[in-house]
Formats: sequence, C-alpha cells, structure tokens
Amino acid sequence: MGAPDSKLVLPLAALFIAFFVAPLFVLLMLSLHDEVAMTSWTLGNYISFFTDRFSYSILIDTLLLGAKATLVCFIFGFPVAWLAARASARWQSILLFLVILPILTSVVVRTFSWIVILGRYGVLNQIMLALGLSREPLRLLYTEVGVVMVLAQVQMPLMVLPILSVLAKMDPNLPDASRALGAGEWRTLWKITLPLSIPGIVAGCILTYAASVTAFVTQSLIGGARLIYMPLDIYQQAVGANNWPYAAALSIIFMVSVMAVVAVLNAIGRKSETHGLG
Amino acid sequence: MASVSRTQWDAISIKVVFGLLCAVALIFLVAPTLIVLITSFTASESLRFPPAGLSLRWYAALIDADQMQRAAWNSLVVAFWTTIISVVLGTAAALAIARSRAPLMRAADLLFMSPLLLPALAFGFAALIFINKLGFSPSIPLLILGHVIVCVPFVLRTTLASLSQLDPGLLEASEILGASRIMTFRRVTLPLISSGVGAGAFLAFMASFDNVPVSLFLADERTEVLPIHLWQQIETNLDVRTAAASGVIVIATLILMALAEKFAGLTRQMR
Repeated sequence: MGAPDSKLVLPLAALFIAFFVAPLFVLLMLSLHDEVAMTSWTLGNYISFFTDRFSYSILIDTLLLGAKATLVCFIFGFPVAWLAARASARWQSILLFLVILPILTSVVVRTFSWIVILGRYGVLNQIMLALGLSREPLRLLYTEVGVVMVLAQVQMPLMVLPILSVLAKMDPNLPDASRALGAGEWRTLWKITLPLSIPGIVAGCILTYAASVTAFVTQSLIGGARLIYMPLDIYQQAVGANNWPYAAALSIIFMVSVMAVVAVLNAIGRKSETHGLG
Repeated sequence: MASVSRTQWDAISIKVVFGLLCAVALIFLVAPTLIVLITSFTASESLRFPPAGLSLRWYAALIDADQMQRAAWNSLVVAFWTTIISVVLGTAAALAIARSRAPLMRAADLLFMSPLLLPALAFGFAALIFINKLGFSPSIPLLILGHVIVCVPFVLRTTLASLSQLDPGLLEASEILGASRIMTFRRVTLPLISSGVGAGAFLAFMASFDNVPVSLFLADERTEVLPIHLWQQIETNLDVRTAAASGVIVIATLILMALAEKFAGLTRQMR
C-alpha cells in the first residue's frame, strides 16, 4: 500500500498551496505595507490598530460575542445531545434531523426569519405583549442579546453533533455503576458523564466559537450598522474605505486571535483527557 | 425512606430540567424555518406573522424576478462544480491520509481542515488580493476554486470517517484474488465508502450554495450569487419576495435532505 497511495494527496495539496497558503501569505505581506504596490515595509497598520481604543474594542467585543454564543449553545445543546444519546434509534434519527435542519437551511434565510421574529412588531414582541410580560415592544433587533440568540440557534448543531458522538460511544456501564454505587443522577452527570464527554464538548465549543465570531451575515443583519464586529470591520475597510493594507492587518489580527482561542480550548481538552477534570 | 425519595427526586428533576432545556432548544431550532415558510404564503405586503391571508402571489412574483433567478442559476452552477471538484480531490486525499501515519500526512490533514476554523471572510479577502496581484479579476472559475477551499473539509471529514471503518482484510482479500488496485478501488473500496462520500458531497453542495464570506470578495456584479443577492435585498428593502425565495430554498433543502438521508444515511454520517 504505502507510496502510490500517498501521491493521491498531491492534487488537493497543490490547490491548497496555490489558492490558500499563497493568498494568506500575500495577505500577511500586504498588512506590513501601507499601500497596495508594496514598496516600503511598515508596522503602521498594526500600531494604529493597537493604539486606537475604538479599533481594538471591536476585536474584544467580537471575541466576547463568540464566548457568549458558545455558552448559550452549550447550555441548550448539551441536554439535546444527552437526551438524543438515550433515545431509541428512531427518535435519535428524528432528533438529529431536527438538529441538522437549521444548519442546512441557508444562513441568509435563517437570519431573515429571525428578523421577522425579533422585529418591533415581530412574533416575540406580540407574544410578550399578549401575555402582558411587557407594556411596549422590546428592542431585540440591532442589540447584542439578539445577535447572541440568533448565533446560538444558527450554530447549535455544531455543538450538539460532537457531544452526541462522544456520548453515544461512552460505555453505558460507567453511569450504571455510578448509580448502583448510590450516586444520584446529578452526581453521576457531574462526576462521570460530563468529564468523559469533555473531548466532545471541547470539539463542539471550538466549532461553535470559530463559526460565531466569523458569522458575517448574522452579525451584520441582526446587529445592524451600529454593532460592529471584526468581519464587518474588515469588509468595510476593504470594500467601503478601500484601505486594503489596513483591512489585511485586521484580517491577520483577527485570524491570529481566533487561532489563539482555539489553541487554548484545544489545550484544555487535551489536559482534561489525561488528568480528568481535577 | 429518605434516600429512596431522594434518588427518585434526583431522577425526575434531571429529566425535567434537561427535557425543558431540550424542548426550548428544539423550538428555537425549528420555529424560525417554519415561521419564514408560513410568512412566505402571505397575501399582504408586509412580513407580519401570522399572515393576514394566504396566497401564492409572492411565489408568482418570483417568476418575474430576473435578477434573482440569474443569481440563483449562478449559485447552482458554482455549487455544482464546487461539489464535483471537492469530491474528486477530497476523496483522493482522504485515501492517502487514511492509510498513512506519516507526520507530513497529519500536517496535510490539518491544513485541509483549517478553512473550517479560520475566519472565511479573511480568506475571501486574501484570495481577492492574491488574484488581484496576479492580474486577474473575479470570475466564476476563481469563485469555484475559492469555494472548493472552504467546502472540501466536509468531504474529507465524512470520507475519512467511513474509511476508518473499512476492514483492511477486504482489500487484502481482493488483492489476493488477483484484482488490480483500480479494480479493488472500484469494486470494494468505493461501494463501502460511497455513503460517506455522498454525505460529504451533500454538505459541500449546501455549504457552497450558502456561502457568503468568500463570494463577497470573489463574485462581482456579473457573477452575483443568490445568498449575496438576498443579503443585499434584506439590507436595503425588506420585501416579501425574499420570503418567497426563502420558502423555495427551505423546501428544496428539505427534499435534498430527505434524499441524502435515504441514500447516504445523512444523520448517521454526521455523528
């Protein structure tokens, strides 16, 4: 088997080097110049980003937005995976179908339906007013709460699927043994099920986080023009202001920050795999 | 006995709490799609839910929406070629990666998966700078290559998963019986991994059809794709035709999903 098979990787590798690695390299180079012709080197783009409060607060807001959306996804996603893992094969299929449905429906369509729901006279406000929970329509659209809600819905499948795959492979004897030894359900969940599903949880968090921070459509349509996150910032600098070198620096900073968060999550996952939750 | 009632309370409370969270999550997941579908059948000019009356007028209006139709056609063409290229290159690479433990292969695997984690918008912008530096301007073939980069991880992942379940004994048996490598691939490997490849192809198609971040930079006025067109519609004038177009997309997705479930066991593949 060996050698002849490994050549099969070459076409995709060639495409990735020519159309993925090379563009990212050019992006990095451009970020170190102050005009597209790339004549003189400068760190100016980076310096102006990190010395401008407004600029770096957009980065912080974006990274926090991802954390909030991931947290909401986990709180609701874990129970879905937990119940799906215990359901019969038939129910599991139905549950999975419902979970996968949104991720396959166009992001633009999903975001659009949220505008119908969250609007001033939208479904949610009608329900709130009818139940007397609020006297006047709440502002949900163009707020961060709205963006987090919609991101959590849009990315939920990315959280549920990895957790479910770990829970489904878990030895059912372990929770049984825990219960036989007198631990209650909550204690079993906390001491056995949750620690053993850390790899799935970490994988789910990484996917949800990476997708949430870069969800341009959702962020821009639900957040509106006043809530600015990194993807919109990059887009506005590149297309609106036509300042390619600065947009390139923003892209590099954004990518490095996301990769750093992913690396930290990964390290947490690996540590807990070898040492348990502690 | 106190301890018995405590364990019972324990068992009930966890089911209630998890059941409630799960119910909220499911409503949350499904309701938006249902609401947009129902709204698209409204008889009125507004997007209010529930609709004042039902009609197919906005679907009829789609027949005259030339620009939207052109964008939809562009999207289908791009998604079609993206899927073909992703399946061929992705399956080939998966065969190589699955059978090797070499560090270089691990690195290649990581590289091919990285578009899933890197901000796609940054890649789209990088690709625009790159083709600009080379003296090209955005076009459909370049748009397709850009889509392949972000869609190939789906094919790679599902194909690798089904290859890992392939019994190597079967390949040896085929070889011992005198089948050539190509024969073994066509008659043994391919049929056994076809559902993984099929599920990956479906996901790649949907991801390409839905892609905004890459198309934003690599598509121009002439090559406008559907999600970008709809996105601009929603930003500028919220009209009900957008809901009807959404309705068409939702229904088409449901049909494709049912087919993918039947022929590739989609829900099994995605676990």
